[in-house]
Amino acid sequence: MIEEVKQAGEDALARISAAKTADEVRALEAELLGKRGPFATFKTGLGSLSTVDEKRAAGQAVNEATTAVAAGVERRRIELAAAERLIQLAAERLDLTEVMSRPRRGHAHVVTQAWERLEDVFIGLGFQVAEGPHVETDWYNFEALNMPVDHPARSMHDTFYVEHGDPGSSVLRTHTSPVQIRVMQTLPPPIYMIMPGRVFRNETTDATHLAVFHQLEGLVIDRGITLADLAGTIDAFTKAFFGADFGSRLRPSYFPFTEPSAEFDIQTPSGEWLELGGSGMVHPNVLRAGGLDPEEWSGFAFGFGIDRMAKERHAIGDLREMYSNDLRFVEQF
Amino acid sequence: MRIVHSWLNELAPLGDDIDNIAATLTDLGLAVEEIIHVGATVDGVITARVVRTERHPDAAKVHRVYVDAGDGRERHVWCGAFNMQAGDIVPLATPGTAMPDGRVIEPKPILGIQSDGMLCSARELGLGNDHAGIVILPEGTPLGKPYGEALGVAPETVYDLDVTRNLPDCFGHLGVARQVAARLGVPLTAPIATVSASAGAPTRQATVELVDGDRCARFTSTVISGVHVTSSPNWIAQRLAAAGMRSINNVVDVSNYVMLELNQPNHAYDLDTLGGEGFRVRLSLDGETMVTLDGVERMLTADDLLICDATDTPIGIGGIMGGLDSEISEKTSTIALEMAWFEPIAIAKTATRLGLRSEASLRFDRGVDPHGMPLAIARFVALLRLTCPDLVVHDGMVDAQSVRLPTAAVIDVRVARVNALLGTSLTSGQIIELISGLGFTSSGADTLTVSVPSWRPDCTIEVDIIEEVARQYGYANVGKTVPKSAMHGRLSPVQVRRRRLRDVVLGLGLNEAMPNPFLADDDLVRAGLIGPALQIVNSLVAEESVLRTSLRPGLLKAVAFNESHRRAGASLFEIGNVYPPGDGELPDEFEQLAVVLAGRDAVAAMQVWREVAAAMGFGARVDQSNPPAGLHPTRSATLSLGRDAIGVVGEVHPDVLDAYGVDERVAVLELNLSVLLANEAKVPMWKPTSRFPSSDLDLAFATPYSVTAEKVEKAIKQAAGPLLVDVVLFDVYSGAGLPADSRSLAYRLRLQALDRTLSETELTDLRNKVVAGVAKLGAALR
Repeated sequence: MIEEVKQAGEDALARISAAKTADEVRALEAELLGKRGPFATFKTGLGSLSTVDEKRAAGQAVNEATTAVAAGVERRRIELAAAERLIQLAAERLDLTEVMSRPRRGHAHVVTQAWERLEDVFIGLGFQVAEGPHVETDWYNFEALNMPVDHPARSMHDTFYVEHGDPGSSVLRTHTSPVQIRVMQTLPPPIYMIMPGRVFRNETTDATHLAVFHQLEGLVIDRGITLADLAGTIDAFTKAFFGADFGSRLRPSYFPFTEPSAEFDIQTPSGEWLELGGSGMVHPNVLRAGGLDPEEWSGFAFGFGIDRMAKERHAIGDLREMYSNDLRFVEQF
Repeated sequence: MRIVHSWLNELAPLGDDIDNIAATLTDLGLAVEEIIHVGATVDGVITARVVRTERHPDAAKVHRVYVDAGDGRERHVWCGAFNMQAGDIVPLATPGTAMPDGRVIEPKPILGIQSDGMLCSARELGLGNDHAGIVILPEGTPLGKPYGEALGVAPETVYDLDVTRNLPDCFGHLGVARQVAARLGVPLTAPIATVSASAGAPTRQATVELVDGDRCARFTSTVISGVHVTSSPNWIAQRLAAAGMRSINNVVDVSNYVMLELNQPNHAYDLDTLGGEGFRVRLSLDGETMVTLDGVERMLTADDLLICDATDTPIGIGGIMGGLDSEISEKTSTIALEMAWFEPIAIAKTATRLGLRSEASLRFDRGVDPHGMPLAIARFVALLRLTCPDLVVHDGMVDAQSVRLPTAAVIDVRVARVNALLGTSLTSGQIIELISGLGFTSSGADTLTVSVPSWRPDCTIEVDIIEEVARQYGYANVGKTVPKSAMHGRLSPVQVRRRRLRDVVLGLGLNEAMPNPFLADDDLVRAGLIGPALQIVNSLVAEESVLRTSLRPGLLKAVAFNESHRRAGASLFEIGNVYPPGDGELPDEFEQLAVVLAGRDAVAAMQVWREVAAAMGFGARVDQSNPPAGLHPTRSATLSLGRDAIGVVGEVHPDVLDAYGVDERVAVLELNLSVLLANEAKVPMWKPTSRFPSSDLDLAFATPYSVTAEKVEKAIKQAAGPLLVDVVLFDVYSGAGLPADSRSLAYRLRLQALDRTLSETELTDLRNKVVAGVAKLGAALR
């Protein structure tokens, strides 16, 4: 009987190995290991053996064969599943460069990008951000900034006048400086504030001039603020924004709202100087217009163009293109 | 302002280190915009005599000139200028000569005839701006020699300076020399002189009547006879040329020279043609006219100042420009020299109104030295004497002054204040020393009493002096410190929310546009947006004469632009200010978000609104009862918060699209950000998630169009109560099987309890409640 069992085991394993599909394996499992299968029959036949030793030996053979067949079934099932998965994977082959469309992100305006980068650098330097109206009174735009009615510097500003209130009383702000006054009037010092925003000049536009553009202005008012503090702040900004290998300098200049006044230049790592903006110590008349006592408080202000930063960074040939709203331009950035 | 190096050096021994002087100028706030080299002679340009000229029948614009360069050989050149005649000596650029503008002279044939070089204009030789004709060299000039020798041209360096308003004296070489000399510690060797009448000269006077002493506070007149009008010495002509002025004759040149050196504009009149032999300075009458030197007839107002002769005939606009008829001529032998001081602001006003910025107005506008006339007159006389050795300065010089003539300011300057503002630790001695070279005299210790020199009218308060100290000390020497900010840097809550809003909209795939905030007159009407808008009083062009009250027109233009460039389907947004008029001191300016989705319908705009609202915590009622202006009447709604409209959503009216030349339908969303961003965003609060299984119910309702989906959804939520965790509209159907005025709205409800699995009984119960709740709206389960 033991020989028969062994033979039946071998036959069964051979049939299992020959199975081609999972269904065949399932059918074989039921046939071979079921209640009417050969090994169940052997098991029932054990009782007819004469000696205990014979029974034990044959029983062991039957168990071994049954275990081997069950393991064979499982092995074949795994083999077939793996083969099937391989076929599936091969069939699912995909060329990942066959991209027909994709979800598109929106593109922030190139000026917004420069604006936010600048804001972030100044926030890191301890500044907060203030805003003000675009349509301003003559007083905030000029008079409070030490440019009384007949001041000659006004003529440099090419102002747009707006038909609101008394003739000549409302202007489109020519710079972000009116916000300085509004900040001084509403916030007690110390003031560490930047004022980015849109400004307007009545100029014919060309590749390097716009009638509507953007400036960023900085204002610091505190006790004991010095010209050296201005130079140091400009330098810190230069290094934070452009890179640690950039330098800066102040050059004497003239603005009605600051004194001493300075242009500030940055120096590229190759040693070239580039004019960046204007700055200076807040003029005592401006502090007074903001409601502050120049004997108690001093401060500095600085400002420059945001659009130019975007223009330089991306090497944009013509400022006007930044405002074309042409998707072929917008999507480049 | 063109500052000539040799001239500067004559006024102070600064040396010839051009780069160092330029760097010093810039460091002093006299920014050198360009260093220009003039007068360098061009190698290969030699003197030649014109033998004869000849026209060619086929060449209208050029003629043939035959010249002799001293070797007896007749050379032929083509020439486009016709100002020479036989016998004239001219500069000839021989073939191979490299001209200052980079051209190399080649024997270029015209009409097949070679040109053996080129005759040169002053501009071509870098001698000035004159390009009208060929330079004619003095008679007797030897031939075949470098032209520079004949002209006595010396190489010269010019600093082109950007002179700011607060350095009025630096519109003269002396002022610039004083600044640099003070910084470099070299003495000023400027002319110091006063004029007196020539010995034994008879009295001869050009009278002065100051009718308006407010506007002209000083007027001197000096009569000089024995003048003969001729050409200037070469060095004067060349310095003027280097400074950018043309040499006219000895008298005009000396006048200009004195102005460029001492910053004192002045005018020489022919006494013999000066009516009444005197001056009358008065305000113009409204509508009075006069022809200025440049040949333009000027219409004047009662706010302009006239220089008249003694018979009250206008001969010049005070401080701005002389009249055409008062010019000196070749016959002039006696001149009346005017040197005056005019009130700066009035000069600026007149110059601006007339659009006439002359060399004189430029200087008077910034302020000339009210006490500089004696020196300037002496300098004028000394220079004119070079060409008129027999001139006589007559007794009877007039110096008319009014009480409005500025007196020199005396300013208290606190040493502590200087250091507090600059961040320096200068002593009083150092401060005195720093500004003494500029002519400021100071005394005192802790507080200095500083006398301002008369040529610095810009200095009126303490900080003006502090700036002078800083400039002379050097901004670079002040050092760099960083103030200790007591603040923490951050964006305001509104700014944080604005950035988040922009990020959300960008994430939805919209591109940011920045259209022009200026609109054409009819842009708003074309957009169906009727209502007042602010006009720009002095707009550059009619297309940009109105301030926008809505972002919509700008975005529609952008859509049309992109459509016309084969980019249909533009999805754009703008966050920007709009400027409706108002009754306040300022217009009712506020910030708006506008979204346009070309080629999409109103529901797409609603999707954007829902996502933006969810992300930002915005809430608003969608009210379709009154279509907003300019939008599609059956596809748009007002977004309302309480009683206020805070925006619109929907589609642009087809009429508006036609008016803007847009071919696609355009979905639109507009929000008033001044309202929405001001409200703090709600912080989302945690809702526990259930561990028990959820069940879905699909329900479709035949709903009349008069009932909005929003109402149905609300009724579902109300009826289902807290067990409803989600409800989604997943199908909308209209057509067969439904009444004509209804559509089917199919919702999927997800129901789930936190503490148990919902039983079949509970689900049936909920379903019945929901169906009953929705039925109240008149929508029946299908």
